[in-house]
Amino acid sequence: MSDLAPDTILSVRDLRTWFKSRRVIAKAVDGVTFDLKRGQTLAVVGESGSGKSVTSLSIMGLLSPPGGIESGEVLFRDSKGVVHDLARASAREFRRLRGKEIAMIFQEPMTSLNPLYTVGDQIGEMIALHERMSHAEARRRALEMLRHVEIPDAANRLDDYPHQMSGGMRQRVMIAMALACNPSLLIADEPTTALDVTIQSQILDLLRRLQDQFGMSILFITHNLGVVAEIAQDVVVMYSGRVVEHAPVVPLFRKQKHPYTQGLLACTPNAARDLSASGERKALYSIPGSVPPITALPPGCAFAPRCRYAIDACSSIPPQLEAVGDHHLSRCLRSAEL
Amino acid sequence: MSSIPGTTPPLLQVEGLIKRFPARGGKTVHAVEDVNFSVKRGTTVGLVGESGSGKTTAGRTLLRLIEPTGGRAIFDGTDIFALPDKEMRAYRRRMQIIFQDPFSSLNPRMRIEAILGEALDACGYPRGSKRKDRVNELLSLVGLQPDHARRFPHEFSGGQRQRIGIARALAVEPDFVVADEPVSALDVSVQAQVLNLLSDLQKRLGLTLLFIAHDLSVVEYLCDEVVVMYLGRVMERGPSRLVYTSPRHPYTKALLATAPIPDPERRRLHVPLAGDIPSPINPPSGCVFRTRCAHAIDACAQTVPTADHIGGDHHVACIRHRELAEIS
Repeated sequence: MSDLAPDTILSVRDLRTWFKSRRVIAKAVDGVTFDLKRGQTLAVVGESGSGKSVTSLSIMGLLSPPGGIESGEVLFRDSKGVVHDLARASAREFRRLRGKEIAMIFQEPMTSLNPLYTVGDQIGEMIALHERMSHAEARRRALEMLRHVEIPDAANRLDDYPHQMSGGMRQRVMIAMALACNPSLLIADEPTTALDVTIQSQILDLLRRLQDQFGMSILFITHNLGVVAEIAQDVVVMYSGRVVEHAPVVPLFRKQKHPYTQGLLACTPNAARDLSASGERKALYSIPGSVPPITALPPGCAFAPRCRYAIDACSSIPPQLEAVGDHHLSRCLRSAEL
Repeated sequence: MSSIPGTTPPLLQVEGLIKRFPARGGKTVHAVEDVNFSVKRGTTVGLVGESGSGKTTAGRTLLRLIEPTGGRAIFDGTDIFALPDKEMRAYRRRMQIIFQDPFSSLNPRMRIEAILGEALDACGYPRGSKRKDRVNELLSLVGLQPDHARRFPHEFSGGQRQRIGIARALAVEPDFVVADEPVSALDVSVQAQVLNLLSDLQKRLGLTLLFIAHDLSVVEYLCDEVVVMYLGRVMERGPSRLVYTSPRHPYTKALLATAPIPDPERRRLHVPLAGDIPSPINPPSGCVFRTRCAHAIDACAQTVPTADHIGGDHHVACIRHRELAEIS
């Protein structure tokens, strides 16, 4: 299992995470494969129900019943070069890795912080959990982290409670906490979705700078293609629990192959394309219907009922993820002809 | 402003709108301060801003869902802020709202026909078979089927629920609709459907829309005019084209520059706007944007800038807009 390329920090291989009840099986993640290279950012893009968040929870070992990993491997190389299979890691192994080697930031920083403790205490607790140091030392490190994430007047903000901070500042605190033990992998699950655009751009910029400085790899989960274009080197597009397209960022935006990716890019309004010279509105490209429930996926290609290129075969033959270019994969029966 | 003979007056003219909320310790939240704009008949005006800009509060005071603290809202010749409640009821039929969250704005225990029926009751629509026809008509208007009438909200996807919210708003045949972030809770692939529907309905029914949103590309696409708000005040307003292609207020410029562009080869290298939006309890003196503005000078703290008309219905509230235009 340790056949992990030296420059690869995370390798998710044919991961299946299912939620089982007596009557139905929800295959939230169904055969997902991707690699994340050291020091790079991989974006996982998808809408609600695509399985992007369940993928990140599976990697972190944060699933709770009835959800569980059915099969597959999640190989992770820690800072000492030891390879762990997170799909089979024990609770004890996870306790050692989480926070220290792999850290996570979430969409809503308010619910991820404890309202009853100061931010300094919370960052300090995180450091003390993994590194032997005195309270005073942990506090010094916490302060240093707040400065790294560019919180103005950090020394005074150390004793603030989360409610005394704005959404953007709280997300900075979360990032400070996540990076306090210098993890090699940061999983960021929609970290800017709850923030305003001006604050979003500050946080993306901060993450890029911290990545240069600390060298961590980032798995970035988002539904926003604009954000993907800003931050990722490599992109995985998910739909209904499966990867439908996987490519480096430039080819993904320049010549996307899968009809779903094409649709996603085409349906965000773009004045240059959707308004005529006289300001007349052209109808927006839209994908008909909505994401099917994960427990009632159509046979064949899950996207077929909404796809403008679907042919009869699409509703019976499940397409495979196939190479369509250099490092470019697409799951579509018709990728060769389209 | 009085209407010039020969031109149609706007359907809605907002003058000096103020909304303040009491806060703890005798303090005041300045949610909306001296907001002026107008909405011409049959057009769409976008109200944009970040959270805390007052855009939603402004939209709701216009329907008197929250009572304004001051100002006037001249709707079709009548100042609706001055109307007693009883007379306001008649105007409510003509002014409707579509809410952001299609999950919490529909009663989960009511069938769709009852949800739409409630709106029809409000305008005294007769019961009986005619009503059933009207419900079907409303459903087909928003792209749903007649058999959807007997279902409950949980049987629908987010996009379909928002269609129901739109049908409910249109049930009373309003002239004016406030759409408060109607697509921001929806999946990207569904947003375009709802935007196309709104754009189509507006043309077909001759609706006048106030579209409240934080997504700049959506507003640029859908709106004829745009009003940019920051911390309760209007920074800039004008025809969308002018504001988007030649923004004059430093805040509008920053907002447009920070919106992520889905193009990896046009990545930005620096963040143009630092800091957070200040508290509306204690807004900065003078220009409320000055604490984050790269061009602020001492004078910006002294006076609240008035909206300067710079031609073609384009207004900007910045004391330095002329010199800044020369620099760039």
